[in-house]
Amino acid sequence: MQAWHRPYVAAFRARFLLMLQYRAAALAGFATQCWWGAIKIMVYAAFYETAAAAAPLSLGDVITYTWLGQAFLALLPWVADPEVGLSIRTGGVGYDRLRPLDTYSYWYARTLGWIIARALPRAVLMLVAAGIVLPLVGLQEWAWQPPSGIEAALLFVPALLLMVMLAVAVLMLANIVVAASLNERGVNAVLTPLVIVLSGSLVPLDFFPDAVRPLLHVQPFAGLVDIPFRIYFADLRGTAALQGLALQTGWTLALIGLGRLAMAQMMRRLEMQGG
Amino acid sequence: MNGFRLYIRYVSASIRAQAQYPAATFLLTAGHLAATAIEILGVYALFHRFGQVQGWSFGEVALFYGLINISFSIADLLSRGFDVFGSDFVRTGAFDRVLLRPRSAALQLIGYEIRLSRFGRMLQGLAVVILATNLAPIEWSPAAVAIAVWAVAGGVALFAGILVLQATLAFWTVESLEIVNVLTYGGVQAAQYPLSIYAGWFRKVLTFGVPLACVAYYPVLAILKRPDPLGAPDWILPLTPLAGFAFLALSFLAWRAGMARYASTGS
Repeated sequence: MQAWHRPYVAAFRARFLLMLQYRAAALAGFATQCWWGAIKIMVYAAFYETAAAAAPLSLGDVITYTWLGQAFLALLPWVADPEVGLSIRTGGVGYDRLRPLDTYSYWYARTLGWIIARALPRAVLMLVAAGIVLPLVGLQEWAWQPPSGIEAALLFVPALLLMVMLAVAVLMLANIVVAASLNERGVNAVLTPLVIVLSGSLVPLDFFPDAVRPLLHVQPFAGLVDIPFRIYFADLRGTAALQGLALQTGWTLALIGLGRLAMAQMMRRLEMQGG
Repeated sequence: MNGFRLYIRYVSASIRAQAQYPAATFLLTAGHLAATAIEILGVYALFHRFGQVQGWSFGEVALFYGLINISFSIADLLSRGFDVFGSDFVRTGAFDRVLLRPRSAALQLIGYEIRLSRFGRMLQGLAVVILATNLAPIEWSPAAVAIAVWAVAGGVALFAGILVLQATLAFWTVESLEIVNVLTYGGVQAAQYPLSIYAGWFRKVLTFGVPLACVAYYPVLAILKRPDPLGAPDWILPLTPLAGFAFLALSFLAWRAGMARYASTGS
């Protein structure tokens, strides 16, 4: 008897191994992210030198936040999965409908494999560069610090997992819009800026004006960067950290539910392309 | 037909092609505007929190930001052919066709496509310059306007030079190297803040390596009528954008060396 999950694991594995082949892209991404991280950190350092008291986080935490952000950049839902757009345009989606599988879970597994494989080599290289090499060459204060204590480290594991699950749930909604509209440009043009600002990639959400902070902290994209990273350096700890995890879980489940509903609607009206 | 008239032909053909899809072109431009405008939101958030950075106000930094964005948008608008050279010309063998035509390859690549969507970033940059004018004591005297235009021209030359270098690398790598994004998008990122806030090694890279500071920081000091906190003499400030043109000239030398060793990939 086959376990129910085997086809989904196979879809994940196939996509994961394929994407790992793009080594040059990973190296280029890594170099770009090092440069980006260095500029951001120098800018933060200049602001902190001027008025450190005004900052909601310490400079060390912001530096770690920046390196974490660069390391896990490719995990964020920047653009809809290009394979979905392709399969819609070529009619390949017909095969997906014929498989005795749940199409949502099948696409979810493939998209998951796609983003993890893109992120993994870059994250490892960045950890080596910013977490190990920088302290070794005497730039300890500019380095990616280890988690602040055992509790933070233990809480960061589920936070990181939920970050990935949430990112794929967001991407699935984007995939479904692509499938319904036959075009990915529109979705991506809206999605990318939303993710940069609302996730906390641009600046940690606490740097935004006080009036909008309460709103920023409860919206779904906060679970992609701001919540997991603040758990990492124990800015969110105890109850606050658990609330953060709960928020990530809630939004992930809500977006998956929404995605399933939207997919059922979309599939009912889908017209097969290609031929 | 001389080179310039041919170029005008290329430009008008490209614009007419994009005008066939007015809604798509408009939406792409609007999307580009939105995507590039969020960067100023991040700058604003930091100034809102900290007030100022080492004596620089938000209005002053907005001028650095606006001018470098305008420079990059124009270079990006004009240099599409060099940007996609590796993937669309070398790897596919399409460059052979370009070489067969009795015109310079560089001219054909410059005329390859005028990307109207890049006006999105330009409008954003202009809007930020207007914002800067309202926030900082900038007096737009004829001299200041001339320096701004001159700085933008130098910036366009510098960014175009970087894109030509990216294309030149493709003669060896047969690919468009995304790593050059470090100098283009990363260059915009670095040059949108005043040079004096950076560490010493980085200031040297931005002045003598890839002279971004020469097309943004130094001329903007002249517009703001501020002496350089790092001690560059006042008379040199308006002259520095020349470095952008020098960079472009060197890039074309490298381009010619690359052309000389080009071997077709095609069959």
